[in-house]
Amino acid sequence: MEDGVKKFLYVNRKAPYGTIYALESLEVVLIGAAFDQDVSLAFLDDGVFQLVKSQDTKDIGVKNFSPTFRALGDYEVTKLFVEKESLDERGLTADDLQEIMWEDEDEDYAEKPSIRIISRTEMADVMSDQDVILSF
Amino acid sequence: MDWRAQDHEPIRTYPLLGGDDLKFGIVVSEGPYTHQASDTAYNFVTAALAAGHEVPRVFFYHDGVNVGTRLSIPPQDERNIQQQWSALAAEHGTDLVICIAAAQRRGLLDQNEADRQGKDASNIAEGFRISGLGQLIEMGIETDRLMTFGD
Repeated sequence: MEDGVKKFLYVNRKAPYGTIYALESLEVVLIGAAFDQDVSLAFLDDGVFQLVKSQDTKDIGVKNFSPTFRALGDYEVTKLFVEKESLDERGLTADDLQEIMWEDEDEDYAEKPSIRIISRTEMADVMSDQDVILSF
Repeated sequence: MDWRAQDHEPIRTYPLLGGDDLKFGIVVSEGPYTHQASDTAYNFVTAALAAGHEVPRVFFYHDGVNVGTRLSIPPQDERNIQQQWSALAAEHGTDLVICIAAAQRRGLLDQNEADRQGKDASNIAEGFRISGLGQLIEMGIETDRLMTFGD
């Protein structure tokens, strides 16, 4: 830990709708962004469904909050780790996920992808590298 | 193959009892009586304090906010989860924070908020206070370990 900055990981394990965990996790991420910590998000198990593109919640009467993920770059939240095995187990591929980009100030605002698909083993390494893990 | 059995760097372990005193931040994210989370958190906090550790704050989120209503009336022969927490706060000065966004969705209001929102009642128990999610992040920054009790 340097200069009072901690590594925060928000672990998203639940489908976006059906329970409120995903939405209330995103609310923590957005508030937490104001604290200038080193933030990462992890998506595993049914949590990978949170990033699926073209979500339409009209018929279930709840708000579609998935566009908010695309705003995370503006909050300097640029590391979204997605577990490959969780995608595979659900018949999903990278093409099923929405495109989430961030602008790198240090490289003339080059657009870079925020989503990084990693293996389960790598996810374990990401987790063990953290100071604070909040699991939703 | 059981992926949990794959080779990883060993998970770091820390002495919880004995050794150096630690500052714990606690998150309770499931509702009382429905779920064991608030009971286990209470037992953990009690044990940690007894072992000489500090627990400056407990943050109640998701349905965990329901722990803080003073209007719950469990049967006489059951534990009263809210009263256990209120007593703990009174004895040890632990800051019991209920997330305002989660609380408003679920009908948990202090008198201030009831007045502001034009509601005819408030229901926050002694020792609890309503505040923002920033308190959760701050707790993560300022404690040595953050523990979540939930599903």
